[in-house]
Amino acid sequence: MVERMADQVLATMDTPSTQPRDQCVIRLDGVHKYYHLGDFQVHALRGVTLDIYSGEFVAVMGASGSGKSTLMNIIGCLDKPSRGSYRLDGMDVSQLQKSELARVRNRKLGFVFQQFNLLARTSALENVELPTVYAGISPQERETRARAALERVGLSERAHHYPSQLSGGQQQRVAIARALVNRPAILLADEPTGNLDSRTSVEIMDIFQQLNEEQGLTVVIVTHEHDIAQYAKRALEFKDGKLRRDAIIKDRLIAREVLPTLPTLEEEDTGDEQRAPEPEAN
Amino acid sequence: MDFWNTLRLALRALARNKLRSSLTMLGIIIGVGAVIAVVSIGQGADAMIQEGIQNMGTNVVYISAGSGRPGGMRMGYGAVKTLTMDDLNSIAREIPLIKEAAPGVMTRAQVVFQNQNWNTSIMGTTANYFPIRKWVVTAGTVFSDEEVDSAANVCVLGTTVARYLFAEDDPIGKQIRIKNIPFRVIGLLESKGQSVMGNDQDDQIMAPYTTVQRKLAGVTWLQMILASAVSPDASIGAMQPITLLLRERHRIRQGDEDDFFVRTQSEMADMAAQTQLVMTILLVSVAAVSLVVGGIGIMNIMLVSVTERTREIGVRMAVGATESDVQLQFLVEAVTLSMMGGIVGIIVGIGASALITNLFSWPTVLSTMSIVMAAFFSAAVGIFFGFYPARKAAQLDPIEALRYE
Repeated sequence: MVERMADQVLATMDTPSTQPRDQCVIRLDGVHKYYHLGDFQVHALRGVTLDIYSGEFVAVMGASGSGKSTLMNIIGCLDKPSRGSYRLDGMDVSQLQKSELARVRNRKLGFVFQQFNLLARTSALENVELPTVYAGISPQERETRARAALERVGLSERAHHYPSQLSGGQQQRVAIARALVNRPAILLADEPTGNLDSRTSVEIMDIFQQLNEEQGLTVVIVTHEHDIAQYAKRALEFKDGKLRRDAIIKDRLIAREVLPTLPTLEEEDTGDEQRAPEPEAN
Repeated sequence: MDFWNTLRLALRALARNKLRSSLTMLGIIIGVGAVIAVVSIGQGADAMIQEGIQNMGTNVVYISAGSGRPGGMRMGYGAVKTLTMDDLNSIAREIPLIKEAAPGVMTRAQVVFQNQNWNTSIMGTTANYFPIRKWVVTAGTVFSDEEVDSAANVCVLGTTVARYLFAEDDPIGKQIRIKNIPFRVIGLLESKGQSVMGNDQDDQIMAPYTTVQRKLAGVTWLQMILASAVSPDASIGAMQPITLLLRERHRIRQGDEDDFFVRTQSEMADMAAQTQLVMTILLVSVAAVSLVVGGIGIMNIMLVSVTERTREIGVRMAVGATESDVQLQFLVEAVTLSMMGGIVGIIVGIGASALITNLFSWPTVLSTMSIVMAAFFSAAVGIFFGFYPARKAAQLDPIEALRYE
């Protein structure tokens, strides 16, 4: 569905890719965000104007303190802009109540975190079901959807495993299935590969690319790793609360092509399967 | 999120920390168990006392000789000699609320039958004493009016006396000696057991008052008059006229103390019930305090739980849980904890009551009211003490919660 090929586009830096090709799913207009820390004020975002269209794959980059996390929180409807407007999927969400924001998060957004944030001692299937529970979906429909989402990330045979019985990469795939289960408009991933080894990271990026290419899902990831950002189509770079660069990725990497070139862990060392740290949620 | 899901979630969360959950519940279990047991003991005691009082005869008005003050020295009850058979007759005749009256003259004496002997109290009275106090003879008969008039040497035995003197033998028609005077046993009383005050009511002998006055005690007065009113209310209503009548008959001047006491059975029943109520209220308040302590335990553990599960709360909020979803989740958890404690507490309370009845043969009466109240209060404790922690969880900022380590 998405025909645009990143490597065909001119590698002109600072060229915003805002041609109204598809429906605009994220539109930020002059967004500011202030925090009050005791007596002084932190100006986390200083006027961000940005459009993201349906089917895009955007990497948000920047050092810590650049405002990229604040931006993700606002895009993710976890926080509200202090000034400016934010339209998500055509709806102005900048002035919504907390409970309405929860509803928007539930229906339109899927979150993937660096720490996976799966509920401990809860099966993969039930973890994936979690958003459907809050959507008021019937138990049968929940399970059907959760199984389909697990199948989508290739973990259908691990449905009844607990997070502690899964490797880091598998846990992150469960988290992705959870993000997909309510069929969101946007998938938001905050450092999704931050806790994973390089091969697993590419496997995760492969899933994101497939979802983006095959289902036209809009994907926004925050990362500080340039090689991870190379799998996206468009890079946004933040510095001091401002959007400094908005560019099409040139020399975009395709995870499916990269994977065969990477050694598997089993080849590298003969030790036990490497496991990511336990999720700390719950 | 629907209710069943929330409940399932709460049960699972509680099952995850079984020891902690059970220890937290223990406070409620003890509180509720104590309320149930205490109320059932209280009700049992109340029932026993009321039954005992009923047993002593309803509608009864007791008039006993009071303490005189000869030369300023106060004597004990029954010390004055002014209460007489004439008083009894005029009460029975002049006070319409009184149906009938019986005299009472008491003395203690050694009683002998062959080689057995026993020290007991002898009650001198008339035949109508038996129906007033609800005494029934199981064998033989009570003395007749003629036997009273002629001061006959006949007597009716209580079961305790009969047991000591005759063991298993039939006492009817046998000759016993009281203060060396021969008496013929003409009746055997039905056993009444211990009185409310704890003394053995079967340890006495009844004889015509005339016989006791002249041959055993050597007196001409009465120690008490037992009058029977037409109804329990009438027994209270009769107190005033009896007092006035006796003051007049005894020529007591205005301002001087009565030389007699008038009490009624209903009055005693009310007093006993009152005492019982005060005891029950006292014990229930102690139990209620432990329920509150249990509630504080729940609040404490829920606050710990909210802190521990901050990340979980953050995740739930990120995927679409609203404030009220989170609040309900923790509130249901607290209420589940306290309700489970309540249910176990009810079982423990019922068990404790049964144990008390079996071990100490103390009667207990389980009251449905106390069980319903205990269930209700345990739920209320959960809601009250679970509200603040649940509110705290619901008001977490999802961003902060997700970042919480």
